[in-house]
Amino acid sequence: MIKSQSSSRSKGGKRPSRGLSSRGTKKLPLPKDLLLQIHRLMVKSRALEDRLIKIYKAGESYFWIGGPGEEAFGVPLGLLVHKGQGPQYDWLHLHYRATPTLVAMGMPMIDSVRLMMNRATDVSTGGRNFSNHYCYPQWNVAPVSSPIEVQYSMALGTARVQQRHGTKGVSIVTGGDAGTAEGDFASCLVWASRPGQELPLLITVQNNGWGISTDYDSQHGEKHIADRGKAFGIKSLVMNGNDPVESYLKLKESLDYIRKTGKPVLLEALVSRLYGHSSASGANMEKGQVCCVQSFEEKLKKWGLLKDKEALAIRTEYETEAKMAQEQARQEPAPTPESVWDHVYAHNENGDWRNY
Amino acid sequence: MANMAQAVRMALHYGETHLDVVDIFGQDVGPPLGGVFTATQGLKTTWNTPLDERGIIGMAMGIALAGERCVAEIQFCDYIFNTIDLLKIAGNTCWVSNGNYSMPMVVMTPAGAGIHGSVYHSHSFDAWATRLAGWKVVMPSNPLDAYGLMLSAIADPNPVLYLKPKALLRVRGEDLIPGEPQDEKQLKSMIDAPLGDRRRWKPQWPELEDYRVPLGQAKITRSGEALTLVSYGRTLPICNKVADELLKEKGVAIEVIDLRSLIPYDWASVLSSARKTKRVIFVNEDTEVTNFGEHLAYRCTQELFYELLARPRVVAGKNLPGIGLHPHLEENSVPQIKDIRQAVLDTLAEVP
Ligand SMILES: Cc1ncc(C[n+]2csc(CCOP(=O)(O)OP(=O)(O)O)c2C)c(N)n1
Repeated sequence: MIKSQSSSRSKGGKRPSRGLSSRGTKKLPLPKDLLLQIHRLMVKSRALEDRLIKIYKAGESYFWIGGPGEEAFGVPLGLLVHKGQGPQYDWLHLHYRATPTLVAMGMPMIDSVRLMMNRATDVSTGGRNFSNHYCYPQWNVAPVSSPIEVQYSMALGTARVQQRHGTKGVSIVTGGDAGTAEGDFASCLVWASRPGQELPLLITVQNNGWGISTDYDSQHGEKHIADRGKAFGIKSLVMNGNDPVESYLKLKESLDYIRKTGKPVLLEALVSRLYGHSSASGANMEKGQVCCVQSFEEKLKKWGLLKDKEALAIRTEYETEAKMAQEQARQEPAPTPESVWDHVYAHNENGDWRNY
Repeated sequence: MANMAQAVRMALHYGETHLDVVDIFGQDVGPPLGGVFTATQGLKTTWNTPLDERGIIGMAMGIALAGERCVAEIQFCDYIFNTIDLLKIAGNTCWVSNGNYSMPMVVMTPAGAGIHGSVYHSHSFDAWATRLAGWKVVMPSNPLDAYGLMLSAIADPNPVLYLKPKALLRVRGEDLIPGEPQDEKQLKSMIDAPLGDRRRWKPQWPELEDYRVPLGQAKITRSGEALTLVSYGRTLPICNKVADELLKEKGVAIEVIDLRSLIPYDWASVLSSARKTKRVIFVNEDTEVTNFGEHLAYRCTQELFYELLARPRVVAGKNLPGIGLHPHLEENSVPQIKDIRQAVLDTLAEVP
């Protein structure tokens, strides 16, 4: 059964716990291979983001925003998604911190690097948009867009289609804590929970405790964002999003519940924001936070599943892959000026009035 | 000299201390950041709002209805679009209530391209704004005007939209703001928040003076007889540059008018200049279809049709759904210096 976690945050008081919960060492909480796979993917996602930041700092891109600190949430999500195109598969309405989810789904690193470097080969936006603004129609990944929270209302529509087709597909939406102040979040709760017309939605919030510079406690009267779901009879829970095991288990439980009942779940994951908001604030490691990759690695070592040397080798492997991706993307063509007119309309119908 | 962000900050300080401003608010407007472009650092009445643009505009309207003065910020004009029905109401309240209630409020928001802002930090809003009847709309092109327009906006009894050309916010002016110290390093040490922990920092404000740029008053920034360029905001200094180049290279004197105020606009200045030069081009970076420049060009054709030597033109942004990040895309989307120059040369070459 899904129930709300009570601990975590006392309003107006200290920051919620984003630490790893300690578990027994005897029995592994998940199969060994799965634990190691999650770890690998978390390291891969982090290595990729670190490379994106290097690209920014080297002046080869204009702006960086991304997901370091959200791997323990994003990777399990990506592994649990029913991936494919069409209403029988899950839909993803992600925001700009979803690299871990896409890495776990199988996105090649080079895709993210091309997007970061605005190459013509960038499959998500054709060199048009900021980093982490992914789009994968073959996996029902809706285009990430910068305006905060709009994905929470659009997710309603894909969920309705999934419901109409009687599929087990779920519409999954992600976003930050500050963004829940927008009306789209309220729309999402209201529309998802209409009696007898509930929608198969996994409504998630990655609560890192910050807007840009504005802290959670100064803007939220509610103790947990997840509490808002309760008023609508939505199954709601708060979890430690810095623990990939807890994330995996709670996400799985939520998705199973939605697939079974067709009803929504609101899941709030407490996560870290390791490098600040974006490159606008420097994109440097900010101390005093749990690093989920590091703490998971320590756990795996404690459980005897990983050795220092192996951890280092994994890290090096992905750092090298990311660096090579940058070198490759550098050689690739930039979008042409004329391409601004491409895809204004479907099937590349002319969009320039000069040619009407 | 102050840059435009500092000028806005000083104007808001003047507003707090002399013009009854009691609330300055928006996303990340208050401490610790003081605005994403630092335009609200160190002020007394700033505070951070939830991430909710409709709430921000509604809050401002309520404060205005209650008769108090506020300045609200939308972090980027790209994110103002979900408030458009509230903006309409703010614009029609005086009229629909038959004068019972006016809406004295200022909404400021950074606008336009030029900082590699990609799809959602490059929008313009001037063309949209000029369709919101009941609003006054201003857009400065330099720090002194930024200061003077803000004071006038605060004092005006109507809703005023104050568009900040984001690419010019860090550009220094050529004129001192009355009361501003001569030395820009001194100004910086007085009013710029230090990096890092600034919890105990307090600004030291200079003794600023009441300097206003009246709403509806343009300024001639280059005088000439050959052609008139009318612009505002980010494209204004580019027009100045075109005028300077052509004067130097070809001895052609172009007149440049900085509109400063879009609604109401200074028609007398435009009319007399266009009547003199007989060739006129309107330049801005919002998209070209139903662009504000088109209204001005239309009015020129109505009032000066038989006097002009060339068709009035509008140089504006291409009618695209967004501005792409790669410079190839951005530069082919909003007017560049070469585009303005070419339009000037073509218009000069036109024979009736
Ligand atoms: C509608 C809208 N308003 C403002 C912004 C500018 N902005 C970008 S990110 C951000 C803070 C978002 O905070 P949160 O929702 O908690 O997500 P986080 O970035 O912390 O993951 C703001 C204000 C925006 N992108 N969209």
